[in-house]
Amino acid sequence: MLIKRATDIPSSEITSEYAYRNRRQFLKAAGATLGAAGLGSILPASAYASSKYDTDEMQTPLEHVSSYNNYYEFGTGKDEPVVNAKGFKLRPWTVAVSGMVKKPATYALDDLLKGLTVEDRIYRMRCVERWSMVIPWHGYPMAALLNKLEPLPSAKFVKMQTLYAPDRMLEQRRPILHWPYTEGLRMDEAMNELTFLAVGVYGKEGPAQNGAPLRLITPWKYGFKGVKAIVKIEFTDKMPLSAWNEEAPHEYGFYANVNPNVDHPRWSQANEARLTGGLFDQLRPIKTRMFNGYGAFVERMYAGMDLRANF
Amino acid sequence: MIRALKVVVFLLCLVPLFLLVWGALTVNTGGLGANPVEKITHTTGDWILRFLVLTLCITPLRRLTGWNQAIRFRRMLGLFAFFYACLHFTIYALSIAGLNFAEIGNDIAMRPYVTVGFTGFVLMIPLAVTSTKKWIGRLGGRRWQMLHRLIYVSAIAGVLHYLWLVKADIRFPVRYGIVVGLLLLFRVWTALRSRQAVTQVSGG
Repeated sequence: MLIKRATDIPSSEITSEYAYRNRRQFLKAAGATLGAAGLGSILPASAYASSKYDTDEMQTPLEHVSSYNNYYEFGTGKDEPVVNAKGFKLRPWTVAVSGMVKKPATYALDDLLKGLTVEDRIYRMRCVERWSMVIPWHGYPMAALLNKLEPLPSAKFVKMQTLYAPDRMLEQRRPILHWPYTEGLRMDEAMNELTFLAVGVYGKEGPAQNGAPLRLITPWKYGFKGVKAIVKIEFTDKMPLSAWNEEAPHEYGFYANVNPNVDHPRWSQANEARLTGGLFDQLRPIKTRMFNGYGAFVERMYAGMDLRANF
Repeated sequence: MIRALKVVVFLLCLVPLFLLVWGALTVNTGGLGANPVEKITHTTGDWILRFLVLTLCITPLRRLTGWNQAIRFRRMLGLFAFFYACLHFTIYALSIAGLNFAEIGNDIAMRPYVTVGFTGFVLMIPLAVTSTKKWIGRLGGRRWQMLHRLIYVSAIAGVLHYLWLVKADIRFPVRYGIVVGLLLLFRVWTALRSRQAVTQVSGG
């Protein structure tokens, strides 16, 4: 028998995705109006001052963020993960922390993240395939987790791996890439204030096709750096061999910094199509920016490095 | 009978275009997915290869089944391959290259997958132009047929274009490659057989 029940939250209290996507603009406008009226001080600063990491560019709708994914474990077509990741269980989830670190152990994900403060970060994401999105990620600064785990001074890199479970990730049965998907960062990159471990998008955990329950976000690098469904974090003194670097070393480097001046061997990286949901926005591609526009936060890490050789 | 069938086939060939236009009109409700331009580029690209394959199927179909009327569909199928190639190139030039002719030229010169794709497209232009009865007469059947063998080059170029474009999963271009390969092998086989027949006749 079907029993109808009133939902716990009245619909009037649910923020629509549209309002969510445009709340910065709304709050800015509200702030400006109140400011003009000499009442700006009654709004708490945190309510309208977006964090210094956030972009106020038009966000990509959740519907597209969650249905257009490069996640080969769930299919090489970008419309496949939304279908094949359906029913993927986000709990129980454990993360094995190992190597040059003070607190190596296999942690239940909720224990690993305990004590950290959840944040939302609105970042640009530039894919190596020349499309980009603006996505509000929900999760934790990686530095906070590293401070908790206490890597040893001998650790120069952190290596992260996706779950390997061909029964749950169907395409791992085919040798498309060398499974499990591996990525890595230099320790200073991992500690950078932008580096983020997302548990979800648009203010809540999930969905699986976006990398939940735990994925890496490095907005100044191409999207493939963002290893998804992380189950292993290893601290090491050797540069890890990342999945795409192993697959095609002349096309995908370890650093993978967004760089409009260094082309992919097969295509230019000068422009990108910003996916906003509209067709006509895309008919005029936008210029890709060095470090995806995050130079102020990251360029000092690469001072003196030849970014053409270390692509 | 064939006339009516041709109308039906013509309308069927327009279905992919219709679906794209419909998708573009409903783009705000997700008609073409998150990346409409990519969707249009990939869909038209797929249909170029499909129509090239269908065009190449006509001769083997006639030889194997004896249904000679099949020839009456060949021009239409070939022209649809060219039609979707025009759409494919236009959407690339408009969006990916931002209608920047220096960039388009650079892509054609520097990027093998663009070079080969563009070559395949350009080679289809004389075939489309000379697809009329008038041109067969003007060129003479033999020369016309020689010229139209350029479709073999376009088909191979199309498969290479696709193969050099994918990042890791080559299943789809390889499938097209196998089909095109088999269709071309059929031609090699019939050519060898007829040559053999000729030598046997002249030798006997």
